[in-house]
Amino acid sequence: MMNAQQSLHNSRRWKVWEPVLWLLALALPYLLGNHALIINEIAIVALFAVSLDLILGYTGIVSLGHAAFFGMGAYAAALFAKLVMPDPLIGLAFGIVVATLVGALCSFTIMRGSDLTRLMVTLGVGMLLMELANKLDWLTGGADGLQGVMMGPVLGRFEFDLQGQVAAWYSISILLLFLFLSRRLVNSPFGATLTAVRDNRLRAMAIGIPVTSRLAVIYTIAAGVAGAAGALLAQTTGFASIDVFAFDRSADLVLLLVIGGTGWLYGGVAGAIVFKIMQDLISSITPQYWTFWIGLFLVVLVMVGRERLIRPWTWFRGKK
Amino acid sequence: MLTILFDGIAYGMLLFILAVGLAVTMGLMNFINLAHGAFAMVGGYITVVLMQRYDVPFLLCLPIAFVVVALLGAVLERTLYRPMYRRPHLDQVLFSIGLTFMAVAAMDYFMTSSQQIVQLPEWLKGRTELGEGALMLGMGHYRLFIIAVCAALTVGLQYILTKTRFGSRLRASVDDQRVAAGLGINVNVVFLSTFAVGSGLAGLGGALGAEVLGLDPSFPLKFMVYFLIVVAVGGTSSITGPLLAALLLGIADVAGKYYIPTFGAFIVYALMIAILIWRPQGLFVRKGGKA
Amino acid sequence: MSSPEIVLSAQGLVKRFGGITATGNVNLDLRKGARHALIGPNGAGKTTLINLLTGVLEPTEGRILLEGKDITDLAPHQRVRRGMVRTFQINQLFDTLTPLETLALTISQHLGMGGAWWQPLGKRTQVAERCEQLLEKFHLTEVMNQKTNVLAYGKRRLLEIAIALACEPRVLLLDEPVAGVPAGEREELLQTVAALPADVSVLLIEHDMDLVFSFANRMTVLVNGTVLTEGDPDTIANDPRVKAVYLGHGEELAHG
Repeated sequence: MMNAQQSLHNSRRWKVWEPVLWLLALALPYLLGNHALIINEIAIVALFAVSLDLILGYTGIVSLGHAAFFGMGAYAAALFAKLVMPDPLIGLAFGIVVATLVGALCSFTIMRGSDLTRLMVTLGVGMLLMELANKLDWLTGGADGLQGVMMGPVLGRFEFDLQGQVAAWYSISILLLFLFLSRRLVNSPFGATLTAVRDNRLRAMAIGIPVTSRLAVIYTIAAGVAGAAGALLAQTTGFASIDVFAFDRSADLVLLLVIGGTGWLYGGVAGAIVFKIMQDLISSITPQYWTFWIGLFLVVLVMVGRERLIRPWTWFRGKK
Repeated sequence: MLTILFDGIAYGMLLFILAVGLAVTMGLMNFINLAHGAFAMVGGYITVVLMQRYDVPFLLCLPIAFVVVALLGAVLERTLYRPMYRRPHLDQVLFSIGLTFMAVAAMDYFMTSSQQIVQLPEWLKGRTELGEGALMLGMGHYRLFIIAVCAALTVGLQYILTKTRFGSRLRASVDDQRVAAGLGINVNVVFLSTFAVGSGLAGLGGALGAEVLGLDPSFPLKFMVYFLIVVAVGGTSSITGPLLAALLLGIADVAGKYYIPTFGAFIVYALMIAILIWRPQGLFVRKGGKA
Repeated sequence: MSSPEIVLSAQGLVKRFGGITATGNVNLDLRKGARHALIGPNGAGKTTLINLLTGVLEPTEGRILLEGKDITDLAPHQRVRRGMVRTFQINQLFDTLTPLETLALTISQHLGMGGAWWQPLGKRTQVAERCEQLLEKFHLTEVMNQKTNVLAYGKRRLLEIAIALACEPRVLLLDEPVAGVPAGEREELLQTVAALPADVSVLLIEHDMDLVFSFANRMTVLVNGTVLTEGDPDTIANDPRVKAVYLGHGEELAHG
């Protein structure tokens, strides 16, 4: 019988396929050079989804406004590049810091209240920021967005090329970095307490977990990571528009994370890949009715049961 | 200024009728139904189609919209919604967003994405002005009509809730489902009828509101936030709570957009966030009751 | 004889919900090392009292002192940090975690490592060893890697108690610990509780009178939210008022 330490270790250590996947990911921009643009997009959305998984999958906070932090990161990085200096990594750090600060402020809003309250508040914050970005057009370019964000070379050496390979490689590296850090976080005692809060808040309190402060901390961290994704978007595409705050973005994100599976980090990555590809495919067949099929898919998905999606062998078994 | 107040009240009453079904559903079934706006939209489109293609008079369209959407609600409740009651809130949110997307896309397909125009009957057009200068009260006849209809409905709802047996069954079920079932109340029937009426009211609201709020396939998405604000701020344990919340929201929105056009929508969201942080269970929760 | 040390003291606790007084001026002193039972008919307010003591409910009036210090304003998790832990009448478990993970995280939190985010859970030998001890003691070793929501009820109940003990409590509040546990396993469960170190003070809510009398050295009787009487088991068993309360409700206060 395996002892306790071994059991815990086994469930948390690196699986064989993980390093393989990561190396493959790093090589992708060079292997599939002419798809560099979409690879970049997918990496950014994946990072965004991982940040949502931290609060939704692991902690159980239902948020429909996560795009707020994505947008803050995007605008902060864009403005930094335009007004201060075009170094990508420093700009990325700045974007993360801004998003984290906004996240810390907003964390007060999610501590109390029911699921509905939290939903409304997160939604409200997102819409509020969108209004702000719209109206403060002397700073943000308003509805036209912030254009002409010119970036310097990454680490002083790698110039962003027109094909987008360097951009893709840059985004994937940042994605892997945060994936690594998140992985350590969710496998730690801190991560376990988050899951405890999600599963049974009452009991979590009863074993001494300071629930409110844990919620605030993880929400702030998730905001920072979302900000990183937003900063990457602004930096690799060269502009920031107010639709980074749009409700669509938050809603699509929840959807794709659910498709990929919540609570295992790679769900965000899987969901991003599947979602983007589906979007491409379906849009080319019936461009206007993407909404309909997505809606139908959601309804079926939920009725069948979210966990069953990633376990196809349960599709044909009767209900337990 | 009085006109702003008047318009705000009309807007608020309309929002109340639109959102009251959502509030009761949330309180009763603990179900977050983001598709509620879609029922309203259907009511609006029914009215438009009946008026434009079949020359049905406006006043007749209103009860028809109510009945048809109520039936639709009943069917959907029995088939799709009922298995979802015990699911976690995230599942409910995803499910109802999915339904909304389907409804929006379907309307886009059948009715195109353009704004629909509702031709009001002559006697509802026009405006009466009382007083002068700063204290002038300009009352659009249609808005007066809306206030009248909504007020009548509100009184009717309150009467049903407090004076009829169905009302007491409903209140018992909201308070404690298990106990209610134990008392012999057929909870399923209560749910079904409540959902149907709530959706029907939304449909009626959509029909009434088409002229004032505009009607196009994005209606559910645009206004869902407002309905949710009414429910979150007003609470789900009464109908006076959402009523007051709706009025507050209506007036704040109209006044905000008039006096501070640059930050109009901003005010509403900021106010909502502030209220929910201060009182997470809503502004008007019955003391000692389940929030 | 020196007066016994009081580790937990409820003073004048009152809880009103709207017009209903759930708890009416309750005074309760828990002595150090006590095996103190809280009994009373259904609806007497026993769980409400536990909720007040642990901070889940806020008292309308009154104070609570833990080891001499006023904790009335402390949040539930802060009270746990000070050594007061409870179990729940209805299992409150972490369904998607395994018993091993549950205990590991509880122990980590207790040792102050709940905020550690870099090291994997259970890396510290101290944590792992303590887990093994608890799993062993509560017969959970065979199921330690199964998700809690697939465990049998008996095992879930054992886990419920194990979690509380993982916090190394100095004051332990047990809310009907053997509820729903098959008769054969009850003895064992209560024995484990009785075998706790002598300096751990236990307050037990229980309906099974045999168990109460074999376990407790002190009893408080709660009726309609107020304390009817308090004292040692023999006095309570023979108190005519207590008998009336129980006989009036159709229950028997059986004691050999």
